[in-house]
Amino acid sequence: MVSNTEVVKKEHRERRERRLIDYFTFNTDHKVIGIQYLVTSFLFYFIGGAFAEAMRTELATPNPDFLSPELYNQMFTLHGTIMIFLWIVPAGAAFANYLIPLMIGAEDMAFPRLNAVAFWLLPPGGLLLIASLLVGAPQAGWTSYPPLSLMTGKWGQEMWILSILLLGTSSILGAINFATTILKMRIKDMDLHSMPLFCWSMLATSALILLSTPVLASALILLSFDLIAGTSFFNPAGGGDPVVYQHLFWFYSHPAVYIMILPFFGVISEVIPVHSRKPIFGYRAIAYSSLAISFLGLIVWAHHMFTSGTPGWLRMFFMATTMLVAVPTGIKVFSWCATMWGGKISLNTPMLFAIGFVSSFLIGGLTGVMLASVPFDIHVHDTYFVVGHFHYVLFGGSALALFAGFYHWFPKMTGKNYNETLGRLHFILTFLGFNITFMPMHQLGLMGMNRRIALYDPSFQPLNLISTAGAYLLAISTIPFIINVVWSLLKGTKAERNPWNALTLEWQTASPPVMENFEEEPILWSGPYDYGIDTSPEATAQSVEEMLADVASK
Amino acid sequence: MTTTTIESQVALEAKGRHHHHPDHRLFGLILFLVAEGMIFFGLFSAYLIYFATIPQWPFGIELDLFLPSINTLILISSSFVMHQGQRAIKKDDVRGLQFWFSLTAIMGIIFLLGQGYEYTHAGFGLTDNLFASCFYVLTGFHGLHVTAGLLFIFATLWRSFIPGHYSKERHFGVEASELYWHFVDVVWIVLFTLVYLLPLTR
Repeated sequence: MVSNTEVVKKEHRERRERRLIDYFTFNTDHKVIGIQYLVTSFLFYFIGGAFAEAMRTELATPNPDFLSPELYNQMFTLHGTIMIFLWIVPAGAAFANYLIPLMIGAEDMAFPRLNAVAFWLLPPGGLLLIASLLVGAPQAGWTSYPPLSLMTGKWGQEMWILSILLLGTSSILGAINFATTILKMRIKDMDLHSMPLFCWSMLATSALILLSTPVLASALILLSFDLIAGTSFFNPAGGGDPVVYQHLFWFYSHPAVYIMILPFFGVISEVIPVHSRKPIFGYRAIAYSSLAISFLGLIVWAHHMFTSGTPGWLRMFFMATTMLVAVPTGIKVFSWCATMWGGKISLNTPMLFAIGFVSSFLIGGLTGVMLASVPFDIHVHDTYFVVGHFHYVLFGGSALALFAGFYHWFPKMTGKNYNETLGRLHFILTFLGFNITFMPMHQLGLMGMNRRIALYDPSFQPLNLISTAGAYLLAISTIPFIINVVWSLLKGTKAERNPWNALTLEWQTASPPVMENFEEEPILWSGPYDYGIDTSPEATAQSVEEMLADVASK
Repeated sequence: MTTTTIESQVALEAKGRHHHHPDHRLFGLILFLVAEGMIFFGLFSAYLIYFATIPQWPFGIELDLFLPSINTLILISSSFVMHQGQRAIKKDDVRGLQFWFSLTAIMGIIFLLGQGYEYTHAGFGLTDNLFASCFYVLTGFHGLHVTAGLLFIFATLWRSFIPGHYSKERHFGVEASELYWHFVDVVWIVLFTLVYLLPLTR
């Protein structure tokens, strides 16, 4: 009888084997949706990257000769918008979708259909944005400040607005799912303080998305009225106030920085302990500092507006709160370093990317503190110093951590091992290319080079040439990445259930996980980071199997 | 033998591991309403900044308060009327649910018609000045939410005619549409204070 049931179960499972076509349909499996998010976001990464290469090619010479100034404006607007709304944010959602139910031992998200809706808003949003090239893409930057955005091509700008509204809705629906799933669907034995730190960081991210993204929607609705209906909410010509737009915009767009980095703080908190074979240092400190960052993130927005006529006392407030953000962030960086300290570090690809993340993010964080101080900010406002700063945070931070997570969970997601040599090559090229591209920008900014202008003073050329060379190296770095992914998918060796001997629940199921995630109800038999405490890794792996066998026989 | 196991398996599936976990839809809806509330928060903040920084606000426009006040009364009372519907379904009284929800829908439609009447007799246009723009966009955006709430009520009414769809234990649709309607109601109270009453202080 028992065996019979098992046979039926097995047939049942085989009948519902994942097919390739599922990834192109309205599928409600969170694992399919996770992969859909990841692949889509990387497609947009290559498009946004191509725009960046075009810009760097233009900036190799002081005169606008490769791109016309108008086209250059369109390129940087699309580059920024794509990289933020169509790469980093959806890539965070990709990991959240794939990992949250597995990590907390659930079968799926709380609202699977809503989840699929959230994903399927993404491709139309992205295509709409790219399609704006046909009518003249927006030229006002990803910030789209009025009155500039009201004067540079009506329909391109309106398509940008609609696209962001779609992507924002997608993000909000995703956040509802993440928060509900994390708070309500953990397996019985898992309390808030025994869930993996990635879940904590997604909880903090979801809170930010729910509270801030709608405010961007309200700004864009009003901007649309100005653009199409001829009202003048933000148009000084009709008595409106462009600074109101800036307040609403940054009320979302500063927290957006944390929406883009917090998921990857979570990724790093998973990757570092596994590959250092040590318990994470300061679990609660890392968990609560995510929440602290969320809260502080909501009250720092006007530091983007120090030169917008913000009164002195208000600037002091925003300067102080902005500098305070360094405290919870510093707690995290110290905790990661302390986790690595004295650990049995294996320098494989995910760990290399993780270490690269900590070092680059540290530089981005420190220049952030510099920019928080009002006198310095007024000096470098809208220069390449700012560009250097946020690329250290978003590329050196989010993107490197994204790759760390990508390689870390590649065996779990695909069931195939990636090629370690190509992975390391990818890291070395990325890390070198990234630093060569963005480090000179700090100096250029201090020298006074303005951002967002195709034409610049010839004295800035040498550093710009270095930066452009770095950008080409970054382009080259994607080649081993693509080869690695394609080759591993086709010819890679089969991945084990738990290649890293990791303790979080997603490694207790098959690679890739079966339908509805777990063959048997997963068991929480240790904390998420209890590495090297009482058993050796080999014995650990064995006891997982034993446990499962034990449960199966009951 | 095989058939019976398959049948038992099917029965197991039908009972469903999916129904093991409790219903989280209300929690999800509350999170959604938080996000919705933040859109209005953004719009209201913009309005308040204009109010605080522009001395000539509201640019000589005097809104007639009589009709909007009646409208406000209708909308607020409709929330209480609607709640009777939920109390009815909690006693398994589907007829009662249908009666109270229909009454709510009628009150909602009267509200929208009143709003339409106000628009056509306002005497100023969308682009006349900043206050006029704020007036139309804020009330219009709220009106859109009233419309959505009405659709929600109609869907609930439609389903209530399916025998056994709503019962004492299972009536999420009823609760959700009611919560949404209360939300729209609360937003209106804030909006009424800001757009109709606040300019009187000038």
